[in-house]
Amino acid sequence: MYNLIGAGLIVIGAGIGLGQIGGKAMEGIARQPEATGKIQTAMIIIAALLEGLAFGALFLGK
Amino acid sequence: MEVLLNDFSPGLFVVQTILLLGLILLLVKFAWKPILNSLNERESGILDALASAEKARADIQNLQADNEKMLQVARTEREAMLKEAREIKDKMISDSKELAKVEGDKMLKQAQAAIESEKKAAVADIKNQVAELSVAIAEKVIKEELSSNEKQLKLVDSMLSDIKLN
Amino acid sequence: MTNFAQNFKQQNFEKEIMKKVSKTLKTVALLFILCFSLQGFASSDKDQNPAVDTKEEVDAYILHHIKDAHDFHLFSYTASNGERNHIGFPLPVIVWTNNGLATFMSSAFHHDDEGEVVVERNGSRLVKLHSKIYELEAGASKVELDEANHATNAHKVLDFSITKSVMGILFVGLFMLIVFSALARQYTNKKVPTGFGRVLEPLVIYVRDEIALPNIGEKKYRKFTGYLLTVFFFIWILNLLGLTPFGFNVTGQLAVTAALAIFTLVIYTVSGNKDYWMHMLWMPGVPVLIRPVLAIIELAGAFIIKPFSLLVRLFANISAGHIVVMSLIAIMFTLKKSLGVVGATGLSLVLAFFITLIEVLVAFLQAYIFTMLSALFIGMAVAEHDHDHAHDVKGHDVPDAEDVRGDFI
Repeated sequence: MYNLIGAGLIVIGAGIGLGQIGGKAMEGIARQPEATGKIQTAMIIIAALLEGLAFGALFLGK
Repeated sequence: MEVLLNDFSPGLFVVQTILLLGLILLLVKFAWKPILNSLNERESGILDALASAEKARADIQNLQADNEKMLQVARTEREAMLKEAREIKDKMISDSKELAKVEGDKMLKQAQAAIESEKKAAVADIKNQVAELSVAIAEKVIKEELSSNEKQLKLVDSMLSDIKLN
Repeated sequence: MTNFAQNFKQQNFEKEIMKKVSKTLKTVALLFILCFSLQGFASSDKDQNPAVDTKEEVDAYILHHIKDAHDFHLFSYTASNGERNHIGFPLPVIVWTNNGLATFMSSAFHHDDEGEVVVERNGSRLVKLHSKIYELEAGASKVELDEANHATNAHKVLDFSITKSVMGILFVGLFMLIVFSALARQYTNKKVPTGFGRVLEPLVIYVRDEIALPNIGEKKYRKFTGYLLTVFFFIWILNLLGLTPFGFNVTGQLAVTAALAIFTLVIYTVSGNKDYWMHMLWMPGVPVLIRPVLAIIELAGAFIIKPFSLLVRLFANISAGHIVVMSLIAIMFTLKKSLGVVGATGLSLVLAFFITLIEVLVAFLQAYIFTMLSALFIGMAVAEHDHDHAHDVKGHDVPDAEDVRGDFI
């Protein structure tokens, strides 16, 4: 039971984080469209790191 | 976590490690090395070709500049030559004009002189003839006048009346 | 006139391509037929794998699919006389038991997955329970289970079998070897590849220029490009293979992703330079008292967190993708009662179609991310620092204004 609550909390946190990453990346792209490639790469890397963390915690808790 | 560890198969891990190692080694030897080498070769070839094209372009530009310069020189030379020729022509024309004028003047003068002398000669001739004619006429007239006494007398009278002794 | 000539040329060109494509397709089809006709067997087991209808059965089926399998199961059908037939072929089982190596074909288990059929080889009695092979302890004739479904009188054996995943790995490995060595051979007599090589070359260049070069750096990327290329194509092709109805779930096996992650770990640990170890063990520029704490964090990061995140990310993404796609397909029979046959089938088809499209993207994205992060970790290990720069905790350069300015001009 507590495991499931923990997993839910992780998913909420990861979701907020991913939203922040995506939103800020969009802002950055809007501000500097010529840097789209660089921003996307960085965004994907950071999103992947966050995702890895979230999955790791999820499986540890499961 | 427990489920995950339960699912983990050490045998598969060993097999995968061996296969992946083999795959990496084989691919590096038979695929990636030749592919990347030829890609690099091609890219450096393209870069070389670009550089030589750039060089050729610069050369052509230099050549064009040289040509331009030569053209410029030729053009100025031609202009100078044309100018000179024009000057020479002008000079020749003016010279010949002068000459012609002088010659013409001279001929005119000669002609005038000739005309004058002809005129004089003619006038003198006329004078002579007039004199002869007048003498002849006078002779005839006198002969006529002096054919009778009366007339001689009359003449003497008229002449005498003309002459006034003062 | 020129237009016509161009058209004609193009048509010729297209014809040529069509010819080549059809040739390739024929070869692939032949290969598949060869593969599957080798040992095709249809067997009938009435009670053991019944048709999947209820929610519990769907759950069990999905969980079963996510796991590795010892035989290659293509499809099942119920014959007119009520028998359940399974079409597929068995794969060799190679296990290391207490009595040494034992090998046999998986058909010996007769599709049993509940530990009921006992196979005797070399004096050890083996059963298959939930896709794992167990060796019965001496004296036991049947596997006993406790409440948590763990076997009490049997232990797992070291299983080197050519399972479905191993077959997938072999298949993809062979495919990559054939295709890429063919591409390599093309370069010996011409500068630009033709045919299928024209598709592969941009991918190779993409991995080299977008993943290896920017993350590792101009000087050292060459040494690691081979590994990155292999891993990228390996993961990508296996991910895509997982989306086919053959039901490979290779990159969703923890053992496979763990092996991949450990390769990356070994590579960046072995090739790490003095600066890398210095920054990890004795961070310059921080108070001496904090240095051991940082060293512990850095060591944990390098040896546990990085590989763990690599392996779990790939595993979880692919497994989750498979579970979602299969669950959406299962809507077809779980919602049959409430939506009707047409409604449930339509909903399931539409949802499964779009999720599969997303999974195609995820297949590429996960291969890209795995390769990208591997390149990033390797790049961090081999980076050369010039020490008039500030460093942050992770040992990255903190670029000062002079460095960044160039990017904006």
